[in-house]
Amino acid sequence: MTGSPFLSLTDEDRDEMLATIGVSSVEELFRDIPEAVRLHRPLELEPPLSEPEIVAHLTELAGRNAHTGSELSFLGAGIYDHYVPAFVDAMLARGEFLTAYTPYQPEMSQGVLQAIFEYQTVICELTGMDVSNASGYDGPTVTADACYVAKHATGRSKIVLCEAVNPQVRQVVKTYAPGFGLSVVEVPQREGTTDPDELREAARDAAGVVFQQPNFFGCLEPAPDLAAAANEQEALPIAYVDPLSLGVLEAPGEYGCAIAVGEGQGAGNYQSYGGPHYGFLAAREDYVRRMPGRIVGETTDLDGRRAFVLTLQTREQHIRREKATHNITTNQTLLALAGLMYLSWLGPQGLREVGETCLALGAYAKERLGLPLAFPDRATFKEFAVRVGRPGREAIAAARESGVHPGYALGRDYEGLEDVLLVAVTEKRTTAEIDRLAEVLGA
Amino acid sequence: MAADESYPDDLKYHAEHDWARIDGDTATLGITWYAQDALGEIVHLEAPEDGSSVAAGESYGEVESVKAVSDLIAPLSGEIIEVNAALADAPETINEDPYDAGWLIKIRLTDPAEVAGLLDVDAYRKLLDEQ
Amino acid sequence: MSAAVPELPTLLVFEQSRPGRRASTLPAHDLPVPEVPSELARTRAPRLPELAEPELVRHFTGLADRTFGVDTGFYPLGSCTMKHNPRMNERVVSLPGFRDLHPLQEEDGAQGALELMWRLQEILAEVAGLDAVTLQPAAGSQGELTGLMLMRAYFSDRGEGDLRDTVFVADTAHGTNPASVTMAGYKLEKVGTDARGNLDLEVLRERVNERTAGLMLTNPSTLGLFDESIEEVARIFHGAGALLYYDGANLNAVCGISRPGDMGFDIVHYNLHKTFSQPHGGGGPGGGPVAVREILEPFLPVPAVVRDGDRFRFDYDRPKSIGKVRGFAGPFGVFVRSYAYIRSYGPRLREMSEAAVLNANYVLARLRDTYDLPFDRLCMHEFVLSARNLKRDHGVTALDVAKRLMDYRFHPPTIYFPLIVPEALMIEPTETEPKERLDAFADAMLAIAREAAEERDLVKDAPHRRPVKRVDEVQAAKRAIVRYRFEEHPQLSAGAPTGAAVEAQKGA
Repeated sequence: MTGSPFLSLTDEDRDEMLATIGVSSVEELFRDIPEAVRLHRPLELEPPLSEPEIVAHLTELAGRNAHTGSELSFLGAGIYDHYVPAFVDAMLARGEFLTAYTPYQPEMSQGVLQAIFEYQTVICELTGMDVSNASGYDGPTVTADACYVAKHATGRSKIVLCEAVNPQVRQVVKTYAPGFGLSVVEVPQREGTTDPDELREAARDAAGVVFQQPNFFGCLEPAPDLAAAANEQEALPIAYVDPLSLGVLEAPGEYGCAIAVGEGQGAGNYQSYGGPHYGFLAAREDYVRRMPGRIVGETTDLDGRRAFVLTLQTREQHIRREKATHNITTNQTLLALAGLMYLSWLGPQGLREVGETCLALGAYAKERLGLPLAFPDRATFKEFAVRVGRPGREAIAAARESGVHPGYALGRDYEGLEDVLLVAVTEKRTTAEIDRLAEVLGA
Repeated sequence: MAADESYPDDLKYHAEHDWARIDGDTATLGITWYAQDALGEIVHLEAPEDGSSVAAGESYGEVESVKAVSDLIAPLSGEIIEVNAALADAPETINEDPYDAGWLIKIRLTDPAEVAGLLDVDAYRKLLDEQ
Repeated sequence: MSAAVPELPTLLVFEQSRPGRRASTLPAHDLPVPEVPSELARTRAPRLPELAEPELVRHFTGLADRTFGVDTGFYPLGSCTMKHNPRMNERVVSLPGFRDLHPLQEEDGAQGALELMWRLQEILAEVAGLDAVTLQPAAGSQGELTGLMLMRAYFSDRGEGDLRDTVFVADTAHGTNPASVTMAGYKLEKVGTDARGNLDLEVLRERVNERTAGLMLTNPSTLGLFDESIEEVARIFHGAGALLYYDGANLNAVCGISRPGDMGFDIVHYNLHKTFSQPHGGGGPGGGPVAVREILEPFLPVPAVVRDGDRFRFDYDRPKSIGKVRGFAGPFGVFVRSYAYIRSYGPRLREMSEAAVLNANYVLARLRDTYDLPFDRLCMHEFVLSARNLKRDHGVTALDVAKRLMDYRFHPPTIYFPLIVPEALMIEPTETEPKERLDAFADAMLAIAREAAEERDLVKDAPHRRPVKRVDEVQAAKRAIVRYRFEEHPQLSAGAPTGAAVEAQKGA
């Protein structure tokens, strides 16, 4: 039986090493472990497989999943089928990026540090903010993080969530809230968007207000009015935004938001059944010392060269411990670097084009499907909600028999929308594919 | 560049490594040479606002270096009448001159009897020797 | 005599941008573009880089060249378990059936993914010696927070929620433990370490009571030492009705040898990026699954992944669940890699841990006479030395040793942690290092100790062979330049107003 391909240990090595240590067996190295807590049988796991067998097994498992290569899909609802360029795959395959850890020793890691600095810059550019961290776990958790920042910045303990915000985001915020000492109230959606007057009312004494742009239904919220309503109540406006919309939609920093957060997946990551991806969090200068997570700063070395280093580390758990702004250590750097690479590939013109294509194809799809819109009076970006005349899950099952996934069943999260599908149309879709969807939905 | 180690005779000291210079019913507060040495070069001062009050034994702000953050513990209770504004741009002054240019806040004492509970320089030096 | 070649400055991607350059191509269409309402429309384009593909590739290749990873060389960061990341992982994670699968796909279209998750859960439960697993948390820290939330939910359910408000943490604990305690809304109590490197039992006997929710502990500890009185520790906490939480950061030492559940722990988090080979990615991603004893299963996050005969599905019917800590079912791509890795070892995971412990003890044996050893015991998968003797005799610190190791082409170990050891050097070789690497590292450490005595400046001014010398961290903290300041460089692409950008496009 061959040994593990990941171990170099030979019998000779083992004998020499035991001799140097001064024990007679490997077993003796574990003598401090009390007998009563030792495992006296092998782990009940299946026997080891060779690499070809592992690949075959995983291939078999993967083969039983309906992915975007095997099924035409209009699923969105927070995770999107945007194009990931070959350039990104190639750069991420560099073993240095893949296998380095947090750049605690700046002289060993100028490459990663500079990359994170560049990532922080592009996120600030997209969102119109002054400071970004080096990434958080995903969109939902960075939203919870932003609520924690708001609590400490204002001294208040209420958070307002719009019902039109992604249900998973709301659920995660509510899970974190008790430990944070935060109460949560929701403002209902009205015909697909949020009423600024209702939000203003709810935001009295709130630490922060979270709204989404475009919202979970794909509708464009009156975002500047929502931010203004929050600011009038001295609650921090927290905008949950789609990075791929920020070529055509205004930056939250330009209309009075304190913090911008979101799910970065659409910018440079594959869907990968939900992760790993990256959450981005950017804020006004005022909040830099309350930011959770790592931040890279520019400095010089002893010879005066420009250099990059983790900075403001006293906020973080390894120094501040129980008074840290957050407990985060391992973050999502590799995925955030993919985001940087993608946005560098795209450039400002490309970002605008992606946005315009989503708008154009969305309009084409609404017309071609000819189905009643759930929110007919609302402008939308990339996604829109249609009534399909039957329960959403049924429509999905029927469409999938023809090899098309028509979109997300909003009835899973919203009462009164049981017959509504959320259809996502990204720049990867073609008019022919949209025609096919129309056909399958019997429009 | 940090100052040489010293503990002036005319100051009162507190076990949390703060000093107080008493002047009638007001006091000037700061941190001792030992405190600034332990922190390393100070990069940021989180200062309180004029007019807010401080309570003896409680934190009134923070000083930060690259490797640590320290609460500033008030040795005496009072109302803040002045904050050293020069430190916002040059917090390293606290390292260079912890007892004069590096003063942190001036307060009007609300309980002058508390002064008796502070350490004189010999008692403070003794405490340092035991650290 | 050779002339020195002038150093090329390394440029930021923004400094290489030129207006009009572009790497992306997108399908064209001639459909009308609906207008965005003017009050919502973008007014100024973001100043994203403008480069064509060749220079973009060179830019990122250059960044990779200036980064040291496990692939480059020895990386003994204590408690990070920087082991080799198998390449087969990367092949399987990019299978289209995993890579291009939407998380909201119908369950009958995701059976392969659900089965993989279910199997991984079963494996992790067996390795922990516990009953139920959630894969949802995205990293160890999030696993810790989840574990504390589970504790809170458990006690609330029993009517003891308000009563039990305190969690104990060892003074050697990783900073995430106390930070998590605060984020979970608990009060923190610290427990010290005795001269053997075990928890101070006297303190525990005195202070653990009906107000105690639990203990957070890593075993072996960050000192690399197995707590010899772990059974008594468990008795003290369980006796007071409290729970024990295991920080799995150091699991690499004991897989298949001692299981946390058998040690008495009720909740365990794993670090898939440490023990189970998920690459560290320059800082992440990771995975922080949590295993629990049966009594805590009802409180696990939703959805649970369950098996019904030969079908696998999500179960949302968990009325006592704490809710959701992360989107979807967790970082699935990380599960794929860890699952593939574990299938490579099977029950022979034990050999992985044995090799890790052997390697650590070997390096310790080679260094213990030259550096200060605070706890004179056999170590587990890592050990802590102190450079305090070098500091005392030559003014050379742990920081200096770390910087000089770079010149020998090693990544330094963790320094100044755990906090209870002055001038700490925390060394974790991992099992994937061959003996020759360990010898080269030990030789370098011995050489540096000699240099400290005989050529002090060489060590104090190190590194000499990296792209940069020591960097000014004070300046970084004071000036806090955390993004490229376009406004200070007006000659570069200035984020044209979108109207002008559109006009320029038309003219092209």
